[in-house]
Amino acid sequence: MLRKIRITVAVILFSAITLLFLDISGALHHWLGWLAKIQFLPAVMALNAVVIIALLLLTILFGRVYCSTICPLGVFQDGISWLSARRKGKKAKFTYSKEMKWLRYGIFAIFVIALIAGIHFIVSLLAPYSSYGRFVQNLLSPIYHWGNNLLAYLAERRNSYDFVTKEVWIRSLPTFIIATATFVIVIVLAWRGGRTYCNDICPVGTTLSLFSRFAMFRPMIDYSKCTKCHACEKHCKASCIEIHKDVQRIDYSRCVDCFDCLDNCKFGALKYRFAWGSSKAQADAGKAKTAGETAQDQGRRAFLIGGATILGASTLSQLAAQAQADSTGTKKLDGGFAEIVPKQAPPREVPITPFGSESVKAFYQHCTACQLCVSVCPNDVLRPSRSLSHLMQPEMSYEKGYCRPECTKCSEVCPAGAIIKITPEEKTQWKVGTASVNYDLCIVNKDTVSCGNCARHCPVGAIMMVRKDPENKESLRIPTVNEEKCIGCGACENLCPSRPISAITVNGYEVHHLY
Amino acid sequence: MKKESNKLSRREFLKDSGIAAATVGAVAMAGACAPKKAAEVLGGETSANPDSILDTGKMEMRTAGNGDKVSLLGYGCMRFSVKKGADGKDVIDQENVNSLIDYALAHGVNYFDTSPAYIRGQSEGAVGQALSRHDRKDYFIATKLSNFNDASRQASLKMYQDSFTYLKTDHIDFYLLHAIGRGGVDAFNVRYVDNGMMDFLMKEREAGRIRQLGFSFHGNQAQFDSLLDLTDTYHYDFVQIQMNYYDWKHADGERNVNAEYLYEQLDKRNIPIVVMEPLQGGRLANPAENIARRLKERDAQATLASWAFRYVGSHPRILTILSGMVYMEHLKDNLKTFMDFKPLTEEEMSYLDTTLADAIANYPLIDCNDCKYCMPCPYGLDIPGIFKYYNNCINNGDFAQTKEQENYDKLRRAFLVGYDRTIPSDRQASHCTGCSQCVIHCPQSIEIPKRMRQIDRYIEKLKQNTL
Repeated sequence: MLRKIRITVAVILFSAITLLFLDISGALHHWLGWLAKIQFLPAVMALNAVVIIALLLLTILFGRVYCSTICPLGVFQDGISWLSARRKGKKAKFTYSKEMKWLRYGIFAIFVIALIAGIHFIVSLLAPYSSYGRFVQNLLSPIYHWGNNLLAYLAERRNSYDFVTKEVWIRSLPTFIIATATFVIVIVLAWRGGRTYCNDICPVGTTLSLFSRFAMFRPMIDYSKCTKCHACEKHCKASCIEIHKDVQRIDYSRCVDCFDCLDNCKFGALKYRFAWGSSKAQADAGKAKTAGETAQDQGRRAFLIGGATILGASTLSQLAAQAQADSTGTKKLDGGFAEIVPKQAPPREVPITPFGSESVKAFYQHCTACQLCVSVCPNDVLRPSRSLSHLMQPEMSYEKGYCRPECTKCSEVCPAGAIIKITPEEKTQWKVGTASVNYDLCIVNKDTVSCGNCARHCPVGAIMMVRKDPENKESLRIPTVNEEKCIGCGACENLCPSRPISAITVNGYEVHHLY
Repeated sequence: MKKESNKLSRREFLKDSGIAAATVGAVAMAGACAPKKAAEVLGGETSANPDSILDTGKMEMRTAGNGDKVSLLGYGCMRFSVKKGADGKDVIDQENVNSLIDYALAHGVNYFDTSPAYIRGQSEGAVGQALSRHDRKDYFIATKLSNFNDASRQASLKMYQDSFTYLKTDHIDFYLLHAIGRGGVDAFNVRYVDNGMMDFLMKEREAGRIRQLGFSFHGNQAQFDSLLDLTDTYHYDFVQIQMNYYDWKHADGERNVNAEYLYEQLDKRNIPIVVMEPLQGGRLANPAENIARRLKERDAQATLASWAFRYVGSHPRILTILSGMVYMEHLKDNLKTFMDFKPLTEEEMSYLDTTLADAIANYPLIDCNDCKYCMPCPYGLDIPGIFKYYNNCINNGDFAQTKEQENYDKLRRAFLVGYDRTIPSDRQASHCTGCSQCVIHCPQSIEIPKRMRQIDRYIEKLKQNTL
């Protein structure tokens, strides 16, 4: 019964949080946004005391049920493990293994040091919820969006615009590779050994284990009924039940309260019950004589935190914009399209971080790189950074769209307090960066035509078109930026006709500020 | 950075070729059906209705100044279906053109109007290829001196001579000075007088290589008058004007002139008239629902286009009415109107050019006829596409006007999503730089940048929800 409840809750929460990442309509966040906010690490980053205390209390009360139900990466591994059991045709495939303290606490120590020292990449890489977010954003959402686009295509043929087409694009290759690598590693580990990742690597698992070993409710072995048949041990995904002829015990630091053992004990020797303070008693019920070291899972230990520098230079030759060689002299023909050279991101000394992030530093300190904001950004502005210091954490860039004044989506969904909720009214007050003009690229100079598209689209009127030749009343006008007014939204950069690099580009501000 | 650009361009490339593939698919499908239908009908065994006008009717013929008998329906060759050629570029679907032209000739259409500029320069060749399969005596060719960009004598002469090659002929029946009027006599002088082309063309006419010489007109009244003043010098054999029941009385006067005035002036001088834009760029064939309903209530069977054609054809000085027919169904529909042609009554004509045209004037449509002379826009915009989408939305009533509207949210979404789907974001109105390079090419004198800005502002209001 407990097991069924656990599975039901896990499936519901897992599906919901996956949908949260996939959602195109933008409507789900209102209902499901809280699911991201109750994740442990984002709550820590957001200093969300209520959630942290609630989760710790939950663990002290009931053990690591968080890992079995709330954490999407944990549930994901259960799913893989279940598939593996079905595939292999044997459900009882696990054996007890000793707690690998050096690995567990070693990684935990590295994580804490990285957190304090601001080595964001390591924090992001190890954060379990963020890893799952990256799976969905990088691997699942393209499939989901293609499916959506197919429906949109079919709907359009029936003159229905019920579906909005979403462009599918890789926002950052390194992040994509890391997500794929993590995905493969997690699957391999879960396929072979159930909760190996959670109990040897995951820093959240390690944190919760410090509390779960004192949990009030936990599965307890009734020695009088136990026949030492090993059924529970073989069903334990966490490999934390040790059944010997002298010793029968459960390592509660690793038990994730999946209740599989309860349902699989034919003798009723396992019960989930109140057992406050009995941790020592059971643990000492037999001093380990474990001469036969469990050697079979040595292969699992090789977890390579690698792939950070997979930035090999692409061999793809630049698809140079081939000017249409259709120039039959100067004959004027009808129709046709000018080729559009895709925009390229200009170099930015300071990255642009979202409205509501208050400062670049604060943003990157809080962000766990879960990609939820990247997933919800309707203007394709947010993408994971490729700079080594902020690898996988998002930044803004304006090649495909700009940060539209009416949109505050990312600030609504951020669970880690990296982007604080703002309203559209507040948004146009904040300054996240400022624009500057490269007059060599501006088409007014380059093509000697009038333009002013940047000035026309600036939502705060920060761009003034001034006469190129002040003496001449008929002179073409070139754009100038009033830095006091500019908020850094990128409308000018995005809509600038100069390609591939815009003539007007935005540079971020280290510290965002009001007027 | 470099890497990103690689990805982008590759993606863009894939996206574009995807769109192209879809287009080709659609065109291919259309192409596949059309020749079949043609073959069937030419075989003479399909018509469900044995009394079909297509089998028994007779094409309405008019007489040109030199006695040529010209069909009232003229074939406008500015649009044909295209498919992807071997090099990935659009090429005219020649098979489709052949079957259309065969069918048209078989049903009495004998006037074919093309230009060196049409269909990105491919029209003359395709038309020449299709027509040259028939007896040269069975059809009249109309083509033009479209020297818009380069009015040098050398380039103009080459254009003139190329037309003979492409059209596989030794004479051109109707030769036009293409789209004159705007810029007045000055512009006319630059394109035709200063380079000596006018003298040259008149000599060609004497030599019989040009059988009739005329011009096509876009512009205002003063410009038209100044051109007509030259009649005695050049002896125009015919003039091509824009005429339809809306423009008869509802031209804005500044950019263009009422067709009523043009017609009267030419009629007075006994100059035969060729008519372009009888459907006003298709808008009269697909008007707002309220307009369509009125016409359907008058005659449930008649197509909306047939009203517009009959209106123009009911004027006796009209020699031929040009209609671009891309698919067989367009051609057949038109033939049904022009075979056993029935002129409108006085009452019907005044209903169309006054009562109905007044009602149409209430819809703030943009006068774009989708001629694509403005294209390609150097900054990548799809100018006719944007105008067409905007006009369609107004016509269909899919137009959010104020937040208080009953179904505002639905209309807003429909407009924005449909816009993104119809026009790729890099080609939308927000990218108009206002450089105005397109404006001189527009025969309708639309202030394109101004209209783009107007549409962009409207969309911005929709997006920000501040309408």
